[in-house]
Amino acid sequence: MNAVLQGHTASDVLPAQAGHQATPEVLLQVSNVSLEYRTPERVVRATHQVSFEVDRSDRFVLLGPSGCGKSTLLKAVAGFIKPSEGEIRLGGDIVTEPGPDRIVVFQEFDQLPAWKTVLENVIFPLLASRTLKRREAEERARHYLEKVGLSAFANAYPHTLSGGMKARVAIARALAMQPRILLMDEPFAALDALTRRKMQEELLELWQEVRFTLLFVTHSIEEALVVGNRILLLSPHPGRVRAEINSHEYDLQSIGGVAFQASAQRIHRLLFDEAQGPVEQDLGFHDIRIAY
Amino acid sequence: MSLQTPVREEYEIALEPFTQAALARDISLAQRIWQQGWVRKTVILIALAVLWEIAARIQNNDLLLPSFLQTAHAFVDGIVTGELLGKVWISLTVLVKGYLIGIVLAFGLTTLAVSTQLGRDLLSTLTAMFNPLPAIALLPLSLLWFGLGDNSLIFVLVHSVLWALALNTYSGFLAVSETQRMAGRNYGLRGLRFVWHILIPAALPSILAGLKIGWAFAWRTLIAAELVFGASSGKGGLGWYIFQNRNELYTDKVFAGLAAVIIIGLLVENLLFNTFERLTIKKWGMQR
Repeated sequence: MNAVLQGHTASDVLPAQAGHQATPEVLLQVSNVSLEYRTPERVVRATHQVSFEVDRSDRFVLLGPSGCGKSTLLKAVAGFIKPSEGEIRLGGDIVTEPGPDRIVVFQEFDQLPAWKTVLENVIFPLLASRTLKRREAEERARHYLEKVGLSAFANAYPHTLSGGMKARVAIARALAMQPRILLMDEPFAALDALTRRKMQEELLELWQEVRFTLLFVTHSIEEALVVGNRILLLSPHPGRVRAEINSHEYDLQSIGGVAFQASAQRIHRLLFDEAQGPVEQDLGFHDIRIAY
Repeated sequence: MSLQTPVREEYEIALEPFTQAALARDISLAQRIWQQGWVRKTVILIALAVLWEIAARIQNNDLLLPSFLQTAHAFVDGIVTGELLGKVWISLTVLVKGYLIGIVLAFGLTTLAVSTQLGRDLLSTLTAMFNPLPAIALLPLSLLWFGLGDNSLIFVLVHSVLWALALNTYSGFLAVSETQRMAGRNYGLRGLRFVWHILIPAALPSILAGLKIGWAFAWRTLIAAELVFGASSGKGGLGWYIFQNRNELYTDKVFAGLAAVIIIGLLVENLLFNTFERLTIKKWGMQR
């Protein structure tokens, strides 16, 4: 089964394209990327030869249990971590360091500097990266704050906002940068279930409007199906590609539908079956959620 | 079946607009006054002054313990004649010079420490060596190097400010969350811009604590240094004023000088530092 699925992943497609420039459709190419992190005692392999491609305006989801290296992979795309093997190309250029063309939305609420108001928070990256002058930056910031419905809170400080509002500010801040790709690292995981659902809905609406390219990390199968149009399944310890699945036909209305449930169960099986294997028997899958 | 709890009847309540009581109540005037920090602190100060006055009246020995009123009298006298104010001015100018140089050096050292491994080792070694060393112990050496005058005082002041502030600032920098660091780097910030835009504001609570400690250390060191070696370049500061008046057994003036030290400390703490805190870390919700 594994072998058959491997055929569907990008890894086998890549060598054919390696000689050429990236085709205009493909925005992000991750080819055979292995990532390692260092503890004082040893070097741990987080992902092993992971390959995938993200097209322009894709909503590409990395899904897997904790310990599959999906967040590490996202940080590597952002440029915070260097691959020990393989390469990451954005629009044909190799990613070597963090940059304002790949903006990350983190899970943590403290990603917003507490010393800046909501408006200043959105303006700050535009000025810090020298993308725009002060006046244009403010104009654009106000535009995106309106898009996420926070115009009235432009002058509030982050500590006065609710979790959902902070997530909205972080999204507005990222969108205002108009990055080539938006990287989201479990952005809604710290929110309550109702707010999370609302945020997923708003994210999809924003995508309808702006058509940004999104790389989204989650450990919730349902969130992956709703948010993404393609899902990359990763196995844990180390992260390897298990499957790539299409989910463009699902949105928040499909939850509970027969096809949606079937897809969710298929993903669950793909991740869960492997855990029955002799090697990874002791792994906990408590953080894989099929529903909220 | 018997294991199930009995089923209660369901119900719904149609809610009307809430009018039974006011949504918000005013706090009583007395409570609101008591909530002001300066009111409570003033009450404490008055209580201490009354205790002092009573103790002095019981003791009844002006040479050992002048009463609060006598001290206040000497204090006002010193202010009116300008003698005390002049001394305070001399002390403060030296103090501020040493303090500012100490701050600049501390930031240089910590910036070095967050950017390079060697800088980190340098900072930790130097603070471990010099932080426990009382600044006043360096005074004889300082006098030898810089002679009688402001410079030798400034040298010990810098020593008293630098290590405490550097230690606090550095631990503040280390405590800045990984998310905020990554967010800053994400926008292409690095080097000094990264320190200025991300690390310093994020570590401001620790930096402020360091500034306060540094201020107190410097103030103490200065008064002590003046007591030990007295006049700098012919003009003595507050410490010299205290020392001289003790020699002449004007105990009330000694107390007035000590009171001046205390009052300046209170003013700097309550006006300068508190205002700065209110406008920054408290407004930002970093500190209650």
